[in-house]
Amino acid sequence: MRHTISILVDNEPGVLARIAGLFSARGFNIESLCVAETLDQTSSRITLVTSGDDWTIEQIIKRFNNMINVIKVQDLIEVSHVEREMVLVRVEATQETRAEILRMADIFRAKVIDVGPKSYALELTGDKEKVNAFLELLKPMGIKEIARTGVVAMAREVQNHKRGGER
Amino acid sequence: MARMIGAQMFFETLLDQGVDIIFGLPGGYVLKVYDVMPKYTNVIKHVLSRHEQGATHMADGYARASGRPGVVLVTSGPAATNTVTGITTAHMDSSPVVVFTGQVPTPYLGSDAFQEADHIGITRPCTKHNCLVRKTKDLPQAMKEAFYIAVTGRPGPVLVDMPKDVLIGEDEFEIPKEINLRGYKPTTKGHIGQIKKAVEMILSAKRPVIFGGGGLIWSEATPELIEFVHRLKIPVALTLMGLGSYPVNDPYYMSMLGMHGSYKANMAVHESDLIIAIGARFDDRATGGNFPKFAPNAKIVHIDIDPSTIDKNIRVHCPIVGDAKQILKQMLELIPSNLKIDRGEWFGKIEEWGREHPLTYRQNGDKIMTSFLIDTLCKITNGDAVIVTDVGQHQMWVAQFYRFNRPRTHITSGGLGTMGFGFPAAIGAKFARPNDMVICVSGDGSFQMNMQELATAVENHMDLKIIVINNEHHGMVRQWQTLFFNSNYSASHFDVMPDFVKLAEAFGAKGLRAKRPDELEATLREGLFTEGVVLIEVVVDYEEMVYPMIAPGGAMNEMILEPADMT
Repeated sequence: MRHTISILVDNEPGVLARIAGLFSARGFNIESLCVAETLDQTSSRITLVTSGDDWTIEQIIKRFNNMINVIKVQDLIEVSHVEREMVLVRVEATQETRAEILRMADIFRAKVIDVGPKSYALELTGDKEKVNAFLELLKPMGIKEIARTGVVAMAREVQNHKRGGER
Repeated sequence: MARMIGAQMFFETLLDQGVDIIFGLPGGYVLKVYDVMPKYTNVIKHVLSRHEQGATHMADGYARASGRPGVVLVTSGPAATNTVTGITTAHMDSSPVVVFTGQVPTPYLGSDAFQEADHIGITRPCTKHNCLVRKTKDLPQAMKEAFYIAVTGRPGPVLVDMPKDVLIGEDEFEIPKEINLRGYKPTTKGHIGQIKKAVEMILSAKRPVIFGGGGLIWSEATPELIEFVHRLKIPVALTLMGLGSYPVNDPYYMSMLGMHGSYKANMAVHESDLIIAIGARFDDRATGGNFPKFAPNAKIVHIDIDPSTIDKNIRVHCPIVGDAKQILKQMLELIPSNLKIDRGEWFGKIEEWGREHPLTYRQNGDKIMTSFLIDTLCKITNGDAVIVTDVGQHQMWVAQFYRFNRPRTHITSGGLGTMGFGFPAAIGAKFARPNDMVICVSGDGSFQMNMQELATAVENHMDLKIIVINNEHHGMVRQWQTLFFNSNYSASHFDVMPDFVKLAEAFGAKGLRAKRPDELEATLREGLFTEGVVLIEVVVDYEEMVYPMIAPGGAMNEMILEPADMT
């Protein structure tokens, strides 16, 4: 099962290595990882997406909580939340495809951020599914390069339905 | 406030933390600390080990025997990597060891300088916490935090890396009054709702058992546990790490449980309807490792200070996170002191298991059985010595046949199973408890892993006894080869063995040897009651095996018992 875990940590060298080490020690993969300072410069927010059975994820979260540099951990799968990620994609643009690419960008509310003689670079924000759908549609035109940020997420203010277990 | 260099701040902070002994070995990047040290040696003793692994085990032994943090001071690179086995040993057994390593000057970090290693990276998975100090003025706070983290919550090792420029640099010396770490607030008091639920479960149980671990010792919960057990009439089994936390001579005490626990203790856990685990983590050596088949009819109450141990191996029904002593106190408030409880049937069953397969041994013939040696040692010392063991068969026989009645008198590497731990840890334990008789019980294999510390013991004029059990084998390896590898004794026999008596003499210690059962007691007495460092080599039967034994991956009721012709 896919889990999006939000971790508030001390903004110090080595903290990310501690977090990542817990995954590598168990032979687990991190699907995506976002780290940046919060408003308080002494702390950073890590948003991490991983897949694993609930028991293993629960153990990993307990270990996070044990770390001295970890201030707060939340598995967002347990709450109603929003997720977004951004992708930059460079797609081949020929005489025949240029108009189609721009139409698609318009439909998905993507922005053109770079134009070259043979390609467009586009910027798109959305949840994982939207980003994937956009990339699928661009594939036939020839994607030359992509850079994805990975997911950032936030719990909704109003929690109308709870997902996940009793905890 | 006073201005001083980092190396002096180091000692001033140690004094502030009440440290009066450190274990270490000098080298390049900590030489400034050693340069300042003579000014402090009247208040902080420095024990010069012969190897940094030895120093780390000494600090660990000191911590376990005293309950106070053990302190290590070494230089960078190979010195720091030599501490890793000791740090991991302390980590697995929750021992508060604080390791200070020298490091290359900060501008050279990451440049592959001479004797540079990434201490923080290497020790990240085996410490409770570690940190690199970047500025001289930050050193006191980093040290104070290290001690605070090491001893609070679930204790554990902490490493502080000190670059040379931090140690020689000068700044204002200021120790923070309080430590406030926003990401570290260990829970000590138990959740009252959970406690009420646990008490209800205990009061309605028919066949409860206590499954006590090392946490009882770190939280010093023995008096509360005895009161708890006596009020509720619950039989007690302890893990290897828990030995000493409950007196052996108490009628409710059964024995050690687990891979080499007694038949009765393991059967009682397996057949129980309620397990009250306190300060234990259900590891595979304590449970047999077959988690799905563990105590199939039991509900489990799990008391532990570390939330990450809850549900780690075994699903528990009532977790209570907090300090064992505190939680037992809270529970006692809810339990009347004049409870009428009849557990005659349950205790009858336990006694029956005890009669069916008692923990016993047979000493006959002209070879000494190690079990007989341990039993004899227990009789001579009245079960009152501090016994520090190494790892292997002898460790299990000590656990089975030495009758520990006091906490912190049984010191062993349980989690990591570090051969070579025993002797240096015994040195540390003796510094912690100078008035107790401290005996290292080691095997020939284990002792050879850190025997260089004989020099340290002699140099410090210690009154320390070492029993080296010589069976010319890695005994436990041989036992596994006998039982699980068709008696294919690959690489478990030593073709060459040092003369341990001469070895002791070469280091300036006294050496004795016993070979026959009839000379054992006299030799032990002579060695134990001679002042100084005394090594007693005991030549034993190499074919003796430790029983009962849960085969790895077995359930607790699946024990390999002693062959009938031996009992």
